[in-house]
Amino acid sequence: MKFLALIAANLKRKKLRTLLTILSILVAFILYGYLSAISRALNQGVSVAGADRLMVRHKVSIAQPLPASYAGRIARVPGVQAVTHASWFGGIYQDPKNFFAQMAVVPEAWLAMYPEFLLPADQREAWRRTRTGVVVGRKTAQKFGWKIGDRIPLQATVWRKMDGSSGWEFDLVGIYDGAEKGTDDTQFFFRYDYFDEARQFGKGLVGWYIVRVQDPAAAAAVAQRIDDEFANSPWETKAETEGAFLRGWAKQIGDITTIMAAILSAVFFTILLVAGNTMAQSVRERTDEIGVLKALGFTNAQVLALVLAESCLLAGLGGTLGMGIAWLLISSGDPTRGALPIFFFPTANLLLGFGLILALGLAAGILPAAQAMRLRIAEALRR
Amino acid sequence: MSQQAEPTDCARPGPGSAPPTGPTDGALVEVSNVEKVFRRGSEEIHVLQGLDLRVARGEFLALMGPSGSGKSTLLNLIGGLDRPTSGAVRVAAERIDRLSDRRLAAWRARHVGLVFQFYNLLPVLTAERNVELPLLLTSLSKARRRRHVAVALGVVGLAHRTRHYPRQLSGGEQQRVGIARALVTDPTLLLCDEPTGDLDRKSGDEILNLLQRLNREYGKTIIMVTHDPHASARASRIVHLDKGQLSAEQPA
Ligand SMILES: Nc1ncnc2c1ncn2[C@@H]1O[C@H](COP(=O)(O)OP(=O)(O)OP(=O)(O)O)[C@@H](O)[C@H]1O
Ligand SMILES: [Mg+2]
Repeated sequence: MKFLALIAANLKRKKLRTLLTILSILVAFILYGYLSAISRALNQGVSVAGADRLMVRHKVSIAQPLPASYAGRIARVPGVQAVTHASWFGGIYQDPKNFFAQMAVVPEAWLAMYPEFLLPADQREAWRRTRTGVVVGRKTAQKFGWKIGDRIPLQATVWRKMDGSSGWEFDLVGIYDGAEKGTDDTQFFFRYDYFDEARQFGKGLVGWYIVRVQDPAAAAAVAQRIDDEFANSPWETKAETEGAFLRGWAKQIGDITTIMAAILSAVFFTILLVAGNTMAQSVRERTDEIGVLKALGFTNAQVLALVLAESCLLAGLGGTLGMGIAWLLISSGDPTRGALPIFFFPTANLLLGFGLILALGLAAGILPAAQAMRLRIAEALRR
Repeated sequence: MSQQAEPTDCARPGPGSAPPTGPTDGALVEVSNVEKVFRRGSEEIHVLQGLDLRVARGEFLALMGPSGSGKSTLLNLIGGLDRPTSGAVRVAAERIDRLSDRRLAAWRARHVGLVFQFYNLLPVLTAERNVELPLLLTSLSKARRRRHVAVALGVVGLAHRTRHYPRQLSGGEQQRVGIARALVTDPTLLLCDEPTGDLDRKSGDEILNLLQRLNREYGKTIIMVTHDPHASARASRIVHLDKGQLSAEQPA
């Protein structure tokens, strides 16, 4: 650590140049942090998907409904432990930008199917008693300042009511929390019985089924049996594991992870060139000083380490600041204001970020450091 | 003057400070039959040709000679900054030309103090940080390093300029910082390459007074390259380098 003052002094040599290099590294790491959070958000469903849950949808598309009567037939398929269903509502709260998922579900069956949604017992009971009751995730409740007892109006985009109006009202009876950081706590669940009775058309249909299998290892076989059960019926099904379903969903958005990796690689390579060039230039400018250090008795290895440490310090300053800013930005919320329900800086990416900082520092410094190491004293001092 | 691994306070004149002239226990520096050839492309430059030189402990030797005669080259060989093409360089009976790069670096840190014509201070460090540099290679604690630095800057008369950067100092002051840096580890040998070459007469004289005092009071063995007869007059012995050979001359 006694060499730190020397290393830091070298960075202060050309303050503007150092500042610009740090800034470029900083921007790269803000980008890195932000893209990590976005990528995590888009893939979150896949990573939290239950291995023992199947999604059963209409063979053609998730947008096509299935008859509610399938529930009993699915329940009888060997290997099925439990079954419930959900229906997409797609309403608007005040403004179309205020997006959050809204689904009509069967309360007890739904909560049993998704133990990751934590709801206090008294609120469960209130939901059971209140036909117009709705349960929302903590994040959405906080976002709109909703409290239990509030009446929440939604404007339907599809589902008109019996009287032809499209205004629906729900009574907030519960606020659920996610069991894990990756659990989606932005959703809005209301009762299917209320929904089905009040809607003008589509009665007796559901959006999709969710099935819990007895043995996750046999999930694929159970899915096949369910599809076979409904083959050649007017509503053929497509059953798949939740993970596969969500991956398919992510594919539709585009392979963000690949795009992210491509952008990051390009950015990193550019930054590497910038930082490497800065280091090389700064080492070239002080050939004589490095010669003096060696003359004083600094070994080749020490000179190598000094230059590498300098470039790592540069990368460390820019990278740590950049990830810090990314973390602040990410903590302040999802940039799409709702479309990415899970938005945080994943710890694994944070750690990888520090690895990248170190790699950048070493890669940028290695050539100038080797050059400094090979420098011959007598020649350096003649200049 | 002692030759121990750890520097001792250089302000303390050793008890039996070495006499100003004359070998005591054999030569401290012994250059035997040294040849140095530089290659520039296909061209070979024979700078030193079978050169012999002995410098006794406590001597103050002036090395003179025309430009390009190889004075700096010879000084570099003695200081372990470069290796001879053939021949032997012994300092305190050690064959320094045979040490590995790493051990040679450690040897330099311990035994050699270098003073350059253009001071060669690091512009980004203050005077005291510059003087501290060689001590970073020792195992001394921060407090002890600081004490050694203060003593060395005191010896060169710059105790009041410790926090200045080189650009804030005059040439003479910078050279005194350079000398403090060379002294701070209490080296066996002080090698000065035209230490007054870039200074006016008055500052140059101050530097020469300082070197002479280091030689006389602290018993430092000094080899100084110079073009200036005024400077070489301060030495206890003068040698001339020309056409790769040395010739002796008595001090004026
Ligand atoms: N690294 C090198 N490569 C090639 N030639 C060199 C090298 N170092 C020194 N020389 C040559 O060796 C000769 C002696 O150089 P040196 O620097 O020792 O001279 P000098 O006596 O110190 O001169 P001056 O008084 O100008 O400092 C010169 O001709 C120089 O060009
Ligand atoms: Mg010279």
